[in-house]
Amino acid sequence: MIPQSWYLILAAALFGIGMFGVLTRRNMIAILLGVELMLNAVNINLVSFWRYSDVLNMSGQVFSVIVFAVTAAEVSVGLALVISAYRRRNTVIANDLDMLKF
Amino acid sequence: MTAQQIIFLIVAAFVLGSGVMVVTARNLVHAALWLVSTLFGVAVIYALLNANFIAVVQVVVYIGAIAILFIFAVMLTRRDMRDSGPQMNSNWWLGALVAALVFVGLVFLLQGWSGFTGTAADLPSGFEPISLLGEALVSPEAYVLPFEVASVLLLAALVGAVYVAFNKK
Repeated sequence: MIPQSWYLILAAALFGIGMFGVLTRRNMIAILLGVELMLNAVNINLVSFWRYSDVLNMSGQVFSVIVFAVTAAEVSVGLALVISAYRRRNTVIANDLDMLKF
Repeated sequence: MTAQQIIFLIVAAFVLGSGVMVVTARNLVHAALWLVSTLFGVAVIYALLNANFIAVVQVVVYIGAIAILFIFAVMLTRRDMRDSGPQMNSNWWLGALVAALVFVGLVFLLQGWSGFTGTAADLPSGFEPISLLGEALVSPEAYVLPFEVASVLLLAALVGAVYVAFNKK
């Protein structure tokens, strides 16, 4: 059998990779791709905690289903924002969108 | 090493390798396609955890909808997405440092936890996770309220996405 630590370490590594993408990419769509990786890492954790504790308590799976719904909402609004910013400013580079800066 | 462990290691290496490609690929279409393969690997991880329904939802919702939405967005903003120029910040090493620190910190924290190396108990015979999940989502003693709030959130996101991306001209 696989110890739970393997799943937790995999999820932590995937979270770190996603965080690297969020912090370093310049393109806004690439930043959202990094957020997707981080949410997937969280979901792996939730499902592994469901499997390794009481399987009759479905909290872990319910939470991961709700994370799916939140991700769908986040991606649709985020990509709409990217497309709207691209229409108005003709750029998807996060550094160039500094209208709120003094 | 059991067969399950070998499968896990192969899938985990696949997931992490394609995850690294997602955040480093210069061409955004390639990054989105690497995201598809990462999500598929995560679906295999769910199947290894006996969460079959979640694995299917992962393939249908994530790969079928979200990844395709990303590819659409990349193509709609294609003119600005030339692959020349740096794809990363000038202080990318700081991001790498923070991400590595988060990983090390998480592993360090988890190592002190008593259940860290625990193994899973066998599933009870005749165990039906899907019916239990369905009951948990609609029963008032369990999670009907978060379920309804999630549906309101999806409606708000639908309206918001249409409003934000609408071309007023």
